Amino acid sequence: MKILVCIKQVPGTNKVEVDEKTGVLKRNGADSKMNPYDLYALETGVRLKEKYGGTVSVITMGPPQAKAVLYEAFSMGADEGALITDRKFGGADVLATSRTLSQGIKRFGDFDIILCGLQTTDGDTAQVGPEVAEQLKIPSVCNVQRIEKVEKDNIIVDMDMPQDIERIKIYFPCLLTVQKDIYQPRLPSYLKQKETSKKDIDVFTFSDMEDQDENKYGLNGSPTHVQRIFPPVSDKVQQHWQGTTEELAVKIYETLKEKKFIA
Amino acid sequence: MAKLVVHQEKITDAKALAALCPFGAMQEKDGKITITAGCRMCRICVKKGPKGAVEYVEDKKVPAIDKTKWRGIAVYVDHVDGAVHPVTYELLGKAKELAAKIHQPVYALFIGSNIEHAAEELLHYGADKVYVCDKPELEYFKIEAYTSVFEEFINKVKPSAILVGATSVGRQLAPRTAARFNTGLTADCTILDIKENTDLVQIRPAFGGNIMAEILTPNNRPQMATVRYKVMDAPKWIDSVSGQIEKLEIAEEKLKANIEVLGITQKPKEKTIDAADVIVVAGRGVKKRQDLKLIEDLAKSLGGELASTRPLVEAGWVDPKRQIGLSGRTVRPKLIITCGVSGSVQFVAGMNHAETIIAINSDPKAAIFKTANYAITADIYDIIPELIQKIKTGGTIL
Repeated sequence: MKILVCIKQVPGTNKVEVDEKTGVLKRNGADSKMNPYDLYALETGVRLKEKYGGTVSVITMGPPQAKAVLYEAFSMGADEGALITDRKFGGADVLATSRTLSQGIKRFGDFDIILCGLQTTDGDTAQVGPEVAEQLKIPSVCNVQRIEKVEKDNIIVDMDMPQDIERIKIYFPCLLTVQKDIYQPRLPSYLKQKETSKKDIDVFTFSDMEDQDENKYGLNGSPTHVQRIFPPVSDKVQQHWQGTTEELAVKIYETLKEKKFIA
Repeated sequence: MAKLVVHQEKITDAKALAALCPFGAMQEKDGKITITAGCRMCRICVKKGPKGAVEYVEDKKVPAIDKTKWRGIAVYVDHVDGAVHPVTYELLGKAKELAAKIHQPVYALFIGSNIEHAAEELLHYGADKVYVCDKPELEYFKIEAYTSVFEEFINKVKPSAILVGATSVGRQLAPRTAARFNTGLTADCTILDIKENTDLVQIRPAFGGNIMAEILTPNNRPQMATVRYKVMDAPKWIDSVSGQIEKLEIAEEKLKANIEVLGITQKPKEKTIDAADVIVVAGRGVKKRQDLKLIEDLAKSLGGELASTRPLVEAGWVDPKRQIGLSGRTVRPKLIITCGVSGSVQFVAGMNHAETIIAINSDPKAAIFKTANYAITADIYDIIPELIQKIKTGGTIL
C-alpha cells in the first residue's frame, strides 16, 4: 500500500501584530513548525504502514526552508519526501495551491491513500484537502475519526457528522482528511532523526509540472484576490472598569442582575 | 505571469527592506535582495519599500469575463434527512439582502432523498426559486454524487454567487465544487457585501493573526463563500410566498460514487456550547488544569457552560468540543464571560456576536477588550471567587 501524507510548514506562533504606523504585519519569519493537524495525518499513515505494510511518503509545498518539515516527518517514520517549491507558486490561494499540490503529487508517484490534516493553523480554511481530491478526480472523505480496516482495494472509515457517525467504504485511490485525536502522534525518534538527516528529497519546481500553463499557478492562478488587510474594528458600546476586587465583583454582579441573568 | 522585480540599485537599506516582508520571503545577502517561494504577493514591499526598489510587473492581461451572464445569489440547503440546518435560513436572509442590492433573484439548491416536502419552507425564508434534486441515490452524502448535482445546478442556473454553510457537509462540498469550476472559495466569511458589478465582498480573519482580509473573486464565476452557523442574522419567516419550486434533473450515471455508506450510528445527544445561553470561557490566564474548576463553578452558578480557547484544548485540559474560535465552534449566546482570554482574531470570530460580552483580563491592553461590552481589568484568581460568592448569596439563576 502506498500512502502519501500532505504536510505544511506554518508559523510557530499565530501572534501577528500590525504596526500601527506602517500598517505592515509583524511576524517572526524564523519561527516555524509542522502544522499541528498534520501530525495526526502523519501518525495515521505510519500506523497504517505498520499494520498493513507499504510506504509512507510526505509532500509539502512552500519556500526552500519548508523542507524542514519533511525531515521532521522522517524522524516520525515517513520513508520519502518531496518539496514543491518555485517562486512562480507564490501568492497561491486555495485553488492554485490545490492545483500545484495535485500536480506535484502526480509527479511524485501513484498512491492508494492520500492523507491530510483537518486544516492548517495559519490558513484555517480546511479546503485544500477536498480541492486536491477534485483535482486528482478521486473520492474523498473528510472528518475521519477512526480507521476500521484496510481491504484489497478499499478502506473502511468512520466519518464524523454533526448528528451521527457514518461508516464508509472508500475505494482506492482516495483522499482522507483526519480529525485530531484519531491517533496520538508519536514523538520524533532521535535515532531516526540521525539516520535520515542527510536523506535525499525530491524537489519539484514549475518545470516538473505536467501542466505548463504559468497562468494556473501562484497569484495568477488564484481566482481570489486580497484587496486589503486591516485591523478588526469594533462598534461595541464599551465600558472599561478598573478598581478593587470587591468593587468590580459588585459591578459585575449588578450588571448580571440588571440584564436578568440572575434574579 | 505577474511578478515582483527587484531593482537592487534603488535599495537604500536591504536589511530594512527584507524586514518589511511579513512572510520572511525576502532574503538579504551582501546587501542584495532575493525573493523566495514564501512570497504571497501581498506587495507590502512594493508599497512600503524604497520607491521603485521592488516593482510589480503584470505582463499579460487576462481577458475579462462577462459578469452579466451570471445572475442571482444561490444558497446550498444544508440538511439531515430533510431537516434543514438553521444556517441555511441565515444564509437565505443574507442572500436576499445582497440580491436586493443588485436586483437579482435568490436561489436555493436542495439535494437529497425524500426531501421534496421540505422545500416549501425555504420559500418562506425568501428564496425566489428552490431547485430540488430528490433521488434515492442521494440519501447519504457522497461527495462525488453531490458535486455532480451541484455542477448540474451551476451549469443550468449560472448563479453569480453561492453561499454554503460551513458545516461538516458544506466544508467538503464547497471546495470540491469550487475546484471543479476552477473558481474562488473563501472560507468562514464573517462579513459579506456585494458591489454593483456583482463582485462579492468577502471579509474574514486572515493570515492566522489579528488581521482581517477583504477578498474578491474579480474575474471568476460563480463566486463561492462559506459562512459558519450563527454568524449571520436569521431572517423572519414570511407568511406570503411568491417563489417557486423546480425539479432539478440529473442523469443517473452522474450519481455514481466510489464511496459506499455501510451504516449510520446516532451520536448520543450531548450538551453542547452551541446552544447555550450563557458561556464562561477559560483562556490562557488559567495557569493550572485544576484551576479550571473555578471557571466551571462560575459557569454553573450562572446556569451556563464552560468553554475554552485553543491553547487549553491543545494542552488537553478541555474537550475540543468546547473550543470557541475558527478552529472550534461559533457561538452566539446571550452572555459570554471570558476569563483570562487575550482575544485573538480567531477566537473573537467565534463569539463576537454574543449579545453581552464581559471580558476579564489582568492586562488592560488585552485585545479582547476591543470586543467586550464590559472590559474588566482584574486578576481572574481574585475576582471570580468573589463574584461566585456574590451570586451564591445574592441571587438565584433565572
